[in-house]
Amino acid sequence: MRVEKTSQLAKLQKTFLEKMNKHDRTVLICCGPGCLANGAQKISDEFHKVLKKKKIKGFSIEALKETGCHGFCEQGPLVIIEPDGIFYTRVKVKDVEEIIDTSIKKKEVVERLLYTDQATDKTYETYSEIPFYKLQHRVALRNIGKIRQCDIEEYIAVGGYQGMAKALTKMKPMEVIDEVTTSGLRGRGGGGFPAGRKWATCAKIDDEPRYVICNGDEGDPGAFMDRAIMEGDPHSVLEGMIIAAYAVGAQDGYIYVREEYPLAVVNIQKAIEQATELGLLGENILGTGFNLNLHVSRGGGAFVCGESSALMRSVAGEVGEPRAKYIRSVQKGVFDKPTVLNNVESYANVPVIIEKGGKWFATLGTPKSTGTKAFSLVGKVRNTGLIEVPMGTTLRQIIYDIGGGVIDNKPLKAVQTGGPSGGCLPEDKLDLSVDFDTLTKAGSMMGSGGMIVMDERTCVVDVAKYFLKFLNDESCGKCVPCREGLYQLHALAVAISEGRATEEDLDKMEKLSDNIVIGSLCGLGKSGPNPFLSTIQYFRDEYLAHIKDKKCPAGVCRELITYKVDAEKCDGCMACIAACAQKCITGKKGEPHVINQERCDKCGACYAVCNKRDAIEVA
Amino acid sequence: MVTLTVNGRVVQAQEGEMLLEVIRREGIDIPALCHHEAVEPFGACRLCMVEITKEAWDGWTNHVTSCLYPVEQDLIVSTHTPKVNELRKSVLDLQLARCPNSPEIRKLAAEYGVNETSFESKPDADNCILCGLCTRICDKMGFNAISTVGRGHGKEIAPPMHEAPPDCVGCLSCALNCPTNVIEYSDVNGKRTIWGKQFELIKCSECGKTTITREFAQALSDRKGIPIEYFEKCDHCHRKELSLTMGQVAGWSKEVQS
Repeated sequence: MRVEKTSQLAKLQKTFLEKMNKHDRTVLICCGPGCLANGAQKISDEFHKVLKKKKIKGFSIEALKETGCHGFCEQGPLVIIEPDGIFYTRVKVKDVEEIIDTSIKKKEVVERLLYTDQATDKTYETYSEIPFYKLQHRVALRNIGKIRQCDIEEYIAVGGYQGMAKALTKMKPMEVIDEVTTSGLRGRGGGGFPAGRKWATCAKIDDEPRYVICNGDEGDPGAFMDRAIMEGDPHSVLEGMIIAAYAVGAQDGYIYVREEYPLAVVNIQKAIEQATELGLLGENILGTGFNLNLHVSRGGGAFVCGESSALMRSVAGEVGEPRAKYIRSVQKGVFDKPTVLNNVESYANVPVIIEKGGKWFATLGTPKSTGTKAFSLVGKVRNTGLIEVPMGTTLRQIIYDIGGGVIDNKPLKAVQTGGPSGGCLPEDKLDLSVDFDTLTKAGSMMGSGGMIVMDERTCVVDVAKYFLKFLNDESCGKCVPCREGLYQLHALAVAISEGRATEEDLDKMEKLSDNIVIGSLCGLGKSGPNPFLSTIQYFRDEYLAHIKDKKCPAGVCRELITYKVDAEKCDGCMACIAACAQKCITGKKGEPHVINQERCDKCGACYAVCNKRDAIEVA
Repeated sequence: MVTLTVNGRVVQAQEGEMLLEVIRREGIDIPALCHHEAVEPFGACRLCMVEITKEAWDGWTNHVTSCLYPVEQDLIVSTHTPKVNELRKSVLDLQLARCPNSPEIRKLAAEYGVNETSFESKPDADNCILCGLCTRICDKMGFNAISTVGRGHGKEIAPPMHEAPPDCVGCLSCALNCPTNVIEYSDVNGKRTIWGKQFELIKCSECGKTTITREFAQALSDRKGIPIEYFEKCDHCHRKELSLTMGQVAGWSKEVQS
């Protein structure tokens, strides 16, 4: 079937919505990356298996849905019973039958699977009451976790493709661009470039053909916002791209997805096929005469291919190396033709902007960073997961109100935002507003939305070392400051962590960083020294402790620490003896143990197992 | 035409020209190791960086690679400011750490005051600065026999799978254009060896001197429709033959010309 007119789309929506709401109960099984890793697929299979055997009035297997990431990964696998929103956490295969018997058959609640807030000891029945969800505002993630993942019928049922229909039938391309400009939407990939301005420039270039590209090469360690969107709600991305293509006059587009996201690749491809079949993509969309073909381009996993010019070379089948952008890609992009490239999350916002208006979008967030932003909240925070909040929300609100604070109520040491080339902000910066300009001013950046919470057991030198290594490995190796500079910067960070560095080395690192920032070819190099620059800005004392005192205050850098048994506290349980791979802990049961310092390789396994007794000290 | 200022001199340039061309035309010496007229500008070595500004920019300056920056009306270019020199020095310091034994890099670094690198030298150093000129020229020649492999600090130039490259014709374009002369080859007993592959060199049927490889001749013949027999003689003997022929056919002399 092909949708030829807007009125037909409206009819379809009605039909699909009725189909979606046919059952008085719906079971949503979160199959986002986090829940899948915790066995969500097995749970879904079990639901299917059990429900095939049982006949329940008003319920059928059709009302069982695998959805995209619901967000609260920490509590996964999640199962939600709609329409009430009953929220089951850490569901196991053996719980499935009980959920069916209690919540589907009898419409009651399985108390033991409900979420209890550790901080307040309060138990919640539905997810909308939980602080983690309550304080969020979902625009880009509006459908994820609520509809069957990668299902065009449900997407249309909840109002999908209406923004596209409005743009194509009621608006001129320039009006679409104006609407996006009014919305103030800035690039969600981290650059923060105004999308409207980008589109307007591209539309003005007198060259054909033009292209639209979606950057789905999310490569920051710990980040999975774009992944969740591509897997859970790929149609929102397609719709955004169609609107963009219409606005700039493109007839061809590419979605660049990294091969490490196999489900995203499959779902995007499936979504393209579904949309093409309905006539919402391809030739003569909605009978308007507008054509757009979208193709999936799979990336091989190089971090640098998330950089727009490298990505475009990769799409064209060349080595993924960036080029200087003195001539911008809106003018000469992929295949040297005018190209609009936006990130997954940016595109996912576009349909809503067209539907509700740019002015509405601009009321969210701050004047210069409008709208909302998705973050993956990870690290030593209680509620890890995928969140979306209005721009301007403070770091403290995100970490404490939504994230539930630091695990074990330990003091927060720093929060790392912006991915590898972002920066670490200390506790006293937690009241900063999360928006493009504030974070950059503070020496970090928004980036694509990774947020890693660190406690006192995190060593900033170690963090800098880790990210510098990552960037050094992921540098494309084309230009000298990035390839050689980051290598040397990392080597010096290693020297510090091993107690071999001097204060002059710090000066050398600062000077080198400055030259890498100015001298590098692309954004990766230009922001490459950030892991060092932001940590030295806020944690110089910790660097100096490594250099002058040869101590690692966080107890992380192996060369500078020793593990010791506190004979007073040790009850001789022998747990550490069992955990020690070096076999260097001796002692009898019930007597204090001793660590042989010469053979100890400082792996910390003893410290970890002795956690409750607290008898092993690190200094 | 575009008018701009380079080191205080007002100069004219063609629209679309890159700054480096203009700077060099003005006789100003700035280093560039990855640049070659035969291939597109690349911007990898970062040595041709210059400072640019405009009156209208209100004191804001930027540092750009001149090989890639197209000329602009009213642009003010400075090629040797203290910061530009520092950037070049820093790049050469890093290159020297990578290639401590390269005479070319040593000489250039010394010109910018770097006699020994201030960083840790690469343990298994060779003289390749990874400018990529060899692979780009090979691509431009249409052979695509070698390429950059890997990324980051461990990147290298190599044939596919590190095996003798099937597409290499032994033309030596890579080796002869390498700024640090790192690509080894040998011509011994009528055989050429490069990238682990051996080629037979054609012997001139007249004088017996070796010319190009048989594979290169075949590639030129295939592409340009030149009869393969043409390559059986060396350039020198071709010219000799041509002069004889012309002498016989035209019978030109000074009297005729005047």
